[in-house]
Amino acid sequence: MSEVIVITSGKGGVGKTTTTANIGCGLAMSGKKVALVDADIGLRNLDVVMGLENRIVYDLVDVVEGNCKLKQALIKDKRYSGLYLLPAAQTRDKDAVSPEQMQKLCENLKEEEFDYIIIDCPAGIEQGFKNAIAGADRALVVTTPEVSAVRDADRIIGLLEANELNNPSLILNRLRIDMVEKGEMMSIDDVTEILAVDIIGVVPDDEAIVIQTNKGEPAVTVETSKAGQAYRNITRRILGEDVPLMELKNEETFIDKLKKLFHR
Amino acid sequence: MDLFDFLGFFKKKEPASGSVAKDRLKLVLVHDRTNCSTQVLEMLKGDIIKVISNYMEIDEDELDINITETKSEDNSGTVPVLYANIPIKSMRRNSGGN
Repeated sequence: MSEVIVITSGKGGVGKTTTTANIGCGLAMSGKKVALVDADIGLRNLDVVMGLENRIVYDLVDVVEGNCKLKQALIKDKRYSGLYLLPAAQTRDKDAVSPEQMQKLCENLKEEEFDYIIIDCPAGIEQGFKNAIAGADRALVVTTPEVSAVRDADRIIGLLEANELNNPSLILNRLRIDMVEKGEMMSIDDVTEILAVDIIGVVPDDEAIVIQTNKGEPAVTVETSKAGQAYRNITRRILGEDVPLMELKNEETFIDKLKKLFHR
Repeated sequence: MDLFDFLGFFKKKEPASGSVAKDRLKLVLVHDRTNCSTQVLEMLKGDIIKVISNYMEIDEDELDINITETKSEDNSGTVPVLYANIPIKSMRRNSGGN
Protein backbone atom coordinates (compact mmCIF):
# COMPACT_ATOMS: atom_id res chain seq x y z
CA MET A 1 0.00 0.00 0.00
CA SER A 2 1.43 3.32 -0.94
CA GLU A 3 0.40 6.66 0.47
CA VAL A 4 0.62 10.07 -1.19
CA ILE A 5 1.36 12.83 1.33
CA VAL A 6 1.30 16.50 0.35
CA ILE A 7 3.35 19.01 2.37
CA THR A 8 1.65 22.40 2.24
CA SER A 9 1.43 25.69 4.15
CA GLY A 10 -0.16 28.57 2.26
CA LYS A 11 2.53 31.02 3.28
CA GLY A 12 5.94 30.81 1.65
CA GLY A 13 9.19 30.44 3.52
CA VAL A 14 7.91 28.44 6.47
CA GLY A 15 9.88 25.31 5.56
CA LYS A 16 7.80 23.16 3.21
CA THR A 17 10.72 22.10 1.05
CA THR A 18 13.00 21.43 4.03
CA THR A 19 10.23 19.40 5.66
CA THR A 20 9.64 17.42 2.47
CA ALA A 21 13.35 16.62 2.14
CA ASN A 22 13.75 15.62 5.78
CA ILE A 23 10.64 13.47 6.00
CA GLY A 24 11.44 11.79 2.69
CA CYS A 25 15.00 11.14 3.74
CA GLY A 26 13.84 9.92 7.16
CA LEU A 27 11.41 7.45 5.64
CA ALA A 28 14.12 6.16 3.29
CA MET A 29 16.47 5.74 6.28
CA SER A 30 13.74 3.54 7.81
CA GLY A 31 13.98 1.31 4.75
CA LYS A 32 10.96 2.61 2.86
CA LYS A 33 10.82 3.25 -0.86
CA VAL A 34 10.11 6.95 -1.23
CA ALA A 35 9.46 9.31 -4.15
CA LEU A 36 9.81 13.03 -3.53
CA VAL A 37 7.85 15.12 -6.02
CA ASP A 38 8.61 18.81 -6.46
CA ALA A 39 5.29 20.37 -7.52
CA ASP A 40 6.67 23.92 -7.43
CA ILE A 41 6.92 24.27 -11.20
CA GLY A 42 8.95 27.32 -12.23
CA LEU A 43 10.58 27.67 -8.80
CA ARG A 44 12.18 24.30 -8.23
CA ASN A 45 14.20 23.95 -5.05
CA LEU A 46 13.76 20.49 -3.64
CA ASP A 47 16.65 19.37 -5.88
CA VAL A 48 19.13 21.76 -4.24
CA VAL A 49 17.90 21.02 -0.72
CA MET A 50 18.46 17.33 -1.51
CA GLY A 51 21.82 18.01 -3.16
CA LEU A 52 20.69 16.42 -6.44
CA GLU A 53 20.68 19.53 -8.64
CA ASN A 54 23.48 18.29 -10.89
CA ARG A 55 21.72 15.12 -11.89
CA ILE A 56 18.52 16.44 -13.47
CA VAL A 57 17.86 15.35 -17.04
CA TYR A 58 14.08 15.18 -17.25
CA ASP A 59 11.43 16.76 -15.03
CA LEU A 60 7.80 16.46 -13.96
CA VAL A 61 6.47 18.34 -16.99
CA ASP A 62 8.47 16.06 -19.33
CA VAL A 63 6.75 13.07 -17.74
CA VAL A 64 3.29 14.60 -17.92
CA GLU A 65 3.77 15.64 -21.55
CA GLY A 66 5.14 12.23 -22.48
CA ASN A 67 8.65 13.40 -23.45
CA CYS A 68 10.14 10.67 -21.28
CA LYS A 69 9.17 7.70 -19.17
CA LEU A 70 8.48 8.20 -15.47
CA LYS A 71 11.46 5.99 -14.58
CA GLN A 72 13.81 8.13 -16.67
CA ALA A 73 12.86 11.31 -14.79
CA LEU A 74 13.21 9.80 -11.31
CA ILE A 75 16.62 10.62 -9.84
CA LYS A 76 17.94 7.94 -7.53
CA ASP A 77 19.63 9.24 -4.40
CA LYS A 78 22.99 7.49 -4.03
CA ARG A 79 23.15 7.92 -0.24
CA TYR A 80 19.88 6.21 0.64
CA SER A 81 18.64 3.31 -1.38
CA GLY A 82 14.95 3.61 -2.03
CA LEU A 83 14.97 7.42 -2.20
CA TYR A 84 14.01 9.06 -5.50
CA LEU A 85 13.32 12.63 -6.62
CA LEU A 86 11.03 13.80 -9.38
CA PRO A 87 12.18 17.39 -9.98
CA ALA A 88 9.95 20.26 -11.08
CA ALA A 89 10.45 22.02 -14.41
CA GLN A 90 12.25 25.31 -13.98
CA THR A 91 11.39 27.04 -17.26
CA ARG A 92 7.64 26.40 -17.23
CA ASP A 93 4.80 27.65 -15.04
CA LYS A 94 2.06 26.14 -12.91
CA ASP A 95 -0.40 25.98 -15.83
CA ALA A 96 1.82 23.44 -17.58
CA VAL A 97 0.12 20.73 -15.49
CA SER A 98 -3.51 20.08 -14.58
CA PRO A 99 -4.91 18.48 -11.41
CA GLU A 100 -6.06 15.49 -13.49
CA GLN A 101 -2.52 14.99 -14.81
CA MET A 102 -1.13 15.16 -11.28
CA GLN A 103 -3.67 12.58 -10.16
CA LYS A 104 -2.57 10.30 -12.99
CA LEU A 105 1.09 10.88 -12.09
CA CYS A 106 0.41 9.84 -8.48
CA GLU A 107 -1.36 6.70 -9.70
CA ASN A 108 1.64 5.85 -11.89
CA LEU A 109 4.04 6.40 -8.98
CA LYS A 110 1.91 4.09 -6.83
CA GLU A 111 2.29 1.43 -9.53
CA GLU A 112 6.08 1.76 -9.21
CA GLU A 113 5.62 0.34 -5.71
CA PHE A 114 6.69 3.34 -3.72
CA ASP A 115 5.67 3.11 -0.05
CA TYR A 116 5.45 6.86 0.22
CA ILE A 117 5.08 9.61 -2.34
CA ILE A 118 5.78 13.00 -0.76
CA ILE A 119 4.69 16.09 -2.69
CA ASP A 120 6.27 19.48 -2.03
CA CYS A 121 3.47 21.98 -2.62
CA PRO A 122 4.18 25.54 -3.80
CA ALA A 123 3.13 28.50 -1.65
CA GLY A 124 -0.22 30.08 -2.39
CA ILE A 125 -3.72 28.75 -3.00
CA GLU A 126 -3.86 28.93 -6.79
CA GLN A 127 -3.20 26.46 -9.59
CA GLY A 128 0.04 25.08 -8.10
CA PHE A 129 -1.72 24.26 -4.83
CA LYS A 130 -4.65 22.64 -6.63
CA ASN A 131 -2.24 20.52 -8.68
CA ALA A 132 -0.21 19.45 -5.65
CA ILE A 133 -3.18 18.27 -3.59
CA ALA A 134 -5.05 16.60 -6.47
CA GLY A 135 -3.55 13.14 -6.02
CA ALA A 136 -2.88 13.27 -2.29
CA ASP A 137 -4.28 10.85 0.29
CA ARG A 138 -3.11 12.86 3.24
CA ALA A 139 -1.88 16.39 3.98
CA LEU A 140 0.71 17.78 6.38
CA VAL A 141 0.44 21.51 7.04
CA VAL A 142 3.64 23.33 7.99
CA THR A 143 3.47 26.56 9.96
CA THR A 144 5.67 28.71 12.18
CA PRO A 145 4.50 30.39 15.41
CA GLU A 146 3.77 33.69 13.67
CA VAL A 147 0.43 35.41 13.11
CA SER A 148 0.78 35.48 9.31
CA ALA A 149 1.85 31.83 8.97
CA VAL A 150 -0.86 30.49 11.29
CA ARG A 151 -3.49 32.57 9.55
CA ASP A 152 -2.50 31.10 6.18
CA ALA A 153 -2.37 27.60 7.68
CA ASP A 154 -5.98 28.08 8.84
CA ARG A 155 -7.03 29.05 5.33
CA ILE A 156 -5.18 26.08 3.85
CA ILE A 157 -6.81 23.66 6.32
CA GLY A 158 -10.20 24.99 5.20
CA LEU A 159 -9.31 24.52 1.53
CA LEU A 160 -7.94 21.02 2.13
CA GLU A 161 -11.17 20.01 3.85
CA ALA A 162 -13.19 21.51 1.00
CA ASN A 163 -11.19 19.20 -1.28
CA GLU A 164 -11.94 16.19 0.91
CA LEU A 165 -8.48 16.00 2.41
CA ASN A 166 -9.78 15.77 5.95
CA ASN A 167 -7.85 15.76 9.23
CA PRO A 168 -4.58 17.26 8.03
CA SER A 169 -1.71 17.03 10.53
CA LEU A 170 0.23 20.05 11.67
CA ILE A 171 3.98 20.57 11.82
CA LEU A 172 5.01 23.54 13.92
CA ASN A 173 8.35 24.66 12.56
CA ARG A 174 11.08 26.95 13.88
CA LEU A 175 9.90 27.09 17.46
CA ARG A 176 12.18 29.13 19.73
CA ILE A 177 11.63 27.64 23.15
CA ASP A 178 13.62 30.41 24.85
CA MET A 179 11.19 32.97 23.42
CA VAL A 180 8.14 30.88 24.31
CA GLU A 181 9.39 30.67 27.89
CA LYS A 182 9.62 34.46 28.00
CA GLY A 183 6.12 34.75 26.58
CA GLU A 184 7.44 36.42 23.42
CA MET A 185 6.32 33.68 21.04
CA MET A 186 3.13 31.68 20.68
CA SER A 187 3.42 28.23 22.27
CA ILE A 188 2.57 24.80 20.85
CA ASP A 189 -0.71 24.89 22.81
CA ASP A 190 -1.58 28.37 21.52
CA VAL A 191 -1.21 27.26 17.90
CA THR A 192 -2.98 23.89 18.24
CA GLU A 193 -5.83 25.50 20.18
CA ILE A 194 -6.37 28.06 17.41
CA LEU A 195 -6.07 25.67 14.46
CA ALA A 196 -7.83 22.73 16.15
CA VAL A 197 -5.93 20.03 14.23
CA ASP A 198 -3.70 17.17 15.33
CA ILE A 199 -0.04 18.02 15.66
CA ILE A 200 2.41 15.52 14.20
CA GLY A 201 5.61 17.32 15.13
CA VAL A 202 7.35 20.36 16.53
CA VAL A 203 10.66 21.32 14.96
CA PRO A 204 12.85 23.66 17.01
CA ASP A 205 14.70 26.48 15.30
CA ASP A 206 18.13 25.01 14.64
CA GLU A 207 21.28 26.25 12.94
CA ALA A 208 21.84 22.72 11.69
CA ILE A 209 19.02 23.25 9.18
CA VAL A 210 20.91 26.12 7.56
CA ILE A 211 24.21 24.24 7.64
CA GLN A 212 22.72 21.05 6.20
CA THR A 213 20.80 22.95 3.52
CA ASN A 214 24.08 24.62 2.55
CA LYS A 215 25.56 21.17 2.02
CA GLY A 216 22.51 19.64 0.38
CA GLU A 217 22.10 16.97 3.04
CA PRO A 218 18.88 16.91 5.08
CA ALA A 219 19.33 17.48 8.85
CA VAL A 220 17.41 14.31 9.65
CA THR A 221 20.70 12.47 9.04
CA VAL A 222 22.52 14.45 11.75
CA GLU A 223 22.43 12.52 15.00
CA THR A 224 23.20 15.53 17.22
CA SER A 225 20.76 17.99 15.65
CA LYS A 226 17.60 18.85 17.61
CA ALA A 227 15.69 19.58 14.41
CA GLY A 228 17.05 16.31 13.00
CA GLN A 229 15.67 14.48 16.03
CA ALA A 230 12.31 16.21 15.55
CA TYR A 231 12.19 15.04 11.93
CA ARG A 232 13.17 11.49 12.93
CA ASN A 233 10.25 11.54 15.39
CA ILE A 234 7.85 12.83 12.71
CA THR A 235 9.01 10.03 10.42
CA ARG A 236 8.25 7.43 13.09
CA ARG A 237 4.80 8.94 13.66
CA ILE A 238 4.08 8.76 9.93
CA LEU A 239 5.05 5.09 10.12
CA GLY A 240 2.40 4.67 12.80
CA GLU A 241 4.52 4.64 15.94
CA ASP A 242 3.29 6.45 19.00
CA VAL A 243 6.14 8.83 19.81
CA PRO A 244 5.57 11.58 22.41
CA LEU A 245 6.47 15.15 21.44
CA MET A 246 10.10 15.89 22.14
CA GLU A 247 10.69 17.72 25.38
CA LEU A 248 12.02 21.14 24.51
CA LYS A 249 13.80 23.04 27.20
CA ASN A 250 15.92 26.09 27.06
CA GLU A 251 19.40 24.88 27.81
CA GLU A 252 21.14 27.76 29.49
CA THR A 253 24.82 27.14 29.95
CA PHE A 254 26.88 28.46 32.82
CA ILE A 255 28.49 30.96 30.43
CA ASP A 256 25.05 32.20 29.33
CA LYS A 257 24.13 32.77 32.95
CA LEU A 258 27.35 34.69 33.58
CA LYS A 259 26.75 36.80 30.47
CA LYS A 260 23.23 37.61 31.64
CA LEU A 261 24.52 38.60 35.02
CA PHE A 262 26.97 41.11 33.56
CA HIS A 263 24.76 42.47 30.80
CA ARG A 264 22.19 43.92 33.17
CA MET B 1 19.41 46.62 36.84
CA ASP B 2 19.72 50.18 35.59
CA LEU B 3 17.51 53.12 36.45
CA PHE B 4 15.23 52.57 33.48
CA ASP B 5 14.45 49.02 34.57
CA PHE B 6 13.98 50.21 38.09
CA LEU B 7 11.34 52.76 37.04
CA GLY B 8 9.77 50.21 34.75
CA PHE B 9 9.17 48.05 37.77
CA PHE B 10 6.45 50.43 38.97
CA LYS B 11 4.83 50.84 35.60
CA LYS B 12 1.95 48.66 34.50
CA LYS B 13 3.54 45.75 32.70
CA GLU B 14 2.74 45.39 29.02
CA PRO B 15 1.46 41.95 28.03
CA ALA B 16 4.10 39.71 26.45
CA SER B 17 4.03 39.79 22.66
CA GLY B 18 3.18 36.08 22.46
CA SER B 19 -0.27 36.63 23.95
CA VAL B 20 -0.75 39.78 21.87
CA ALA B 21 -0.07 37.65 18.77
CA LYS B 22 -2.57 35.04 19.90
CA ASP B 23 -5.33 37.57 20.52
CA ARG B 24 -4.76 39.34 17.20
CA LEU B 25 -4.70 36.02 15.38
CA LYS B 26 -7.96 34.91 16.98
CA LEU B 27 -9.72 38.07 15.85
CA VAL B 28 -8.34 37.87 12.31
CA LEU B 29 -9.44 34.26 12.03
CA VAL B 30 -12.98 35.04 13.19
CA HIS B 31 -13.26 37.37 10.21
CA ASP B 32 -11.49 34.97 7.83
CA ARG B 33 -13.60 31.99 8.85
CA THR B 34 -16.93 33.79 8.69
CA ASN B 35 -15.90 35.17 5.32
CA CYS B 36 -16.96 38.60 6.52
CA SER B 37 -14.88 41.43 5.13
CA THR B 38 -14.78 44.98 6.46
CA GLN B 39 -16.76 45.94 3.38
CA VAL B 40 -19.57 43.55 4.23
CA LEU B 41 -19.47 44.76 7.81
CA GLU B 42 -19.81 48.39 6.63
CA MET B 43 -22.80 47.47 4.47
CA LEU B 44 -24.37 45.65 7.39
CA LYS B 45 -23.74 48.66 9.61
CA GLY B 46 -25.44 50.97 7.10
CA ASP B 47 -28.48 48.72 6.87
CA ILE B 48 -28.80 48.40 10.63
CA ILE B 49 -28.63 52.17 11.04
CA LYS B 50 -31.31 52.60 8.37
CA VAL B 51 -33.71 50.17 10.02
CA ILE B 52 -33.23 51.36 13.58
CA SER B 53 -33.45 55.01 12.55
CA ASN B 54 -37.08 54.38 11.57
CA TYR B 55 -37.84 53.91 15.22
CA MET B 56 -35.30 55.87 17.23
CA GLU B 57 -32.52 58.40 16.89
CA ILE B 58 -29.14 56.74 17.38
CA ASP B 59 -25.68 58.06 17.94
CA GLU B 60 -23.94 56.99 14.74
CA ASP B 61 -20.50 58.10 15.90
CA GLU B 62 -20.57 55.91 18.97
CA LEU B 63 -22.02 52.94 17.12
CA ASP B 64 -19.93 49.81 17.41
CA ILE B 65 -20.67 46.73 15.32
CA ASN B 66 -18.20 43.91 15.16
CA ILE B 67 -17.78 40.20 14.81
CA THR B 68 -16.08 38.51 17.73
CA GLU B 69 -16.29 35.07 19.24
CA THR B 70 -17.89 33.62 22.32
CA LYS B 71 -18.00 30.24 24.05
CA SER B 72 -20.54 27.94 22.42
CA GLU B 73 -23.51 26.85 24.54
CA ASP B 74 -22.22 23.31 24.99
CA ASN B 75 -18.76 24.67 25.89
CA SER B 76 -17.11 22.60 23.15
CA GLY B 77 -15.39 25.61 21.61
CA THR B 78 -16.04 29.09 20.36
CA VAL B 79 -18.60 30.40 17.89
CA PRO B 80 -18.66 33.71 16.05
CA VAL B 81 -21.12 36.34 17.31
CA LEU B 82 -22.28 39.65 15.92
CA TYR B 83 -21.68 42.24 18.60
CA ALA B 84 -23.50 45.54 18.37
CA ASN B 85 -23.47 48.47 20.74
CA ILE B 86 -25.94 51.11 19.52
CA PRO B 87 -26.44 54.13 21.80
CA ILE B 88 -29.92 55.69 21.53
CA LYS B 89 -30.16 59.50 21.56
CA SER B 90 -33.93 59.66 21.69
CA MET B 91 -36.99 57.66 20.77
CA ARG B 92 -38.96 58.92 17.82
CA ARG B 93 -42.47 60.02 18.70
CA ASN B 94 -44.04 58.65 15.56
CA SER B 95 -42.37 55.28 15.68
CA GLY B 96 -43.95 52.62 13.56
CA GLY B 97 -44.24 54.97 10.56
CA ASN B 98 -47.68 56.44 11.36
